[in-house]
Amino acid sequence: MSSRLVNWFHFASPATFYPLAGRLVPVFAVLAVILIGIGLYLSFFVAPTDYKQGDGYRIIFVHVPAAWMSMFIYLVMAFWAALGLIFNTRLSMMMAQALAPTGALFTFLALWTGAFWGKPMWGTWWVWDARLTSELILLFLYIGYIALQGAIDDTRRADRAGAILLLVGVVNIPIIYFSVKWWNTLHQGASVSMRGDVRMATTMLWTMLIMALGFWAYAIAVALKRVRCIILERERDAAWVAKLPEAQA
Amino acid sequence: MFDAMLILIRRDLTLAMRRRSDVLTTLFFFVIVVSLFPLGIGPELETLRQIAPGVFWVAALLASMLALEKLFAGDFDDGTLEQMLLAPEPVFVLVLGKVLAHWLITGLPLVLLAPLLGLQYDLPGETLQVLVLSLLLGTPALSLIGAIGAALTLGLRGGGVLISLLVLPLYIPVLIFGAGAVEANASGLGAAGHLYMMGAILLLALVASPLATAAALRISAE
Repeated sequence: MSSRLVNWFHFASPATFYPLAGRLVPVFAVLAVILIGIGLYLSFFVAPTDYKQGDGYRIIFVHVPAAWMSMFIYLVMAFWAALGLIFNTRLSMMMAQALAPTGALFTFLALWTGAFWGKPMWGTWWVWDARLTSELILLFLYIGYIALQGAIDDTRRADRAGAILLLVGVVNIPIIYFSVKWWNTLHQGASVSMRGDVRMATTMLWTMLIMALGFWAYAIAVALKRVRCIILERERDAAWVAKLPEAQA
Repeated sequence: MFDAMLILIRRDLTLAMRRRSDVLTTLFFFVIVVSLFPLGIGPELETLRQIAPGVFWVAALLASMLALEKLFAGDFDDGTLEQMLLAPEPVFVLVLGKVLAHWLITGLPLVLLAPLLGLQYDLPGETLQVLVLSLLLGTPALSLIGAIGAALTLGLRGGGVLISLLVLPLYIPVLIFGAGAVEANASGLGAAGHLYMMGAILLLALVASPLATAAALRISAE
């Protein structure tokens, strides 16, 4: 390959990516702590009390970013899975695998905080609202992926089977979302609407964005940390792992 | 190309006829699950009429899932699957044949028996027609979608439970529109919209699922 071309695959090798990830983890971890710290301060002390929902609404500063992340991470996983199937890069599959628990965690967090928000606002922990239902199904999809990965001992097969499942899931997510939405509107009128006040105060919006960025940084830091573990586990017999300072110590 | 598919279908049907218990197990599972609900909920016909669409569709979902495990397992164990993957015919077509045969064995009897069970739930004649039509459109889609899960979990320990985890979330649109069609008819709204959606899902599954299944089979049989 000509030296003038950018080598897109330089960091596709676990041996070169491992140290890079090691350098990036602290950066994103610190970023996550700072952003989430600022976000929590803003959400508890700066953001105004909602005139209708009182102080209970403050949980949406965790809830909404978590829900965003839960959906976004699934797309990122599917992106890595497609990349891995097309270019046959091992690292892409490892990235998908490393992201899965974080995605499932955010999905669970979104459901959990949603329930806490729903009890005082709607008077019930759970309604069969289209968003709640599709979020629950998303959690099932995450769990299915993790279970499939866990059930296959051969890592190459686990990677590729998981990748196919992710791609099938991504094709299905819009279908599931719209079917649930139509099902919901057919069954009952929108007795509860999440868009109670569309015009939210700018402080609230900024708080939410800062929290989202903080969650983003957290997800990157955790996924990179986890991918480093996965790399070490899979490449434990490789020569470059034996040369690592932490392996020699 | 389609000769190979027909041969495969005939072979699978012959195999199923030689071992009828497999076919009957799925069918009776469906019958028993549907019959259990009145026992659990109570014999009031008004209630039964209301829950009938959901009960029939959930039972069909479970029955179809139960049969999935055997879809490729036999061929995988005796090496036939490997030969199929090596064959000059596209795997897409072979998978389609396998799934079609599987649906004829496990799906179609269930569709044919549904009106009889529907009478037990006191469904009126027209609703029974919609029920059969929705099952006719929906169960092949279930077999097609389920085939992906069956191919992915081929030869794994605990494969049966794993299939349900992978496949059931993907079944949800079929369940919603299938039960929705029956319910829409029963409540006097037209079922056409739901049935069109089911047709669309079936077509999409018909095109996309054999591709994914073929890819999954290649991975599993490696």
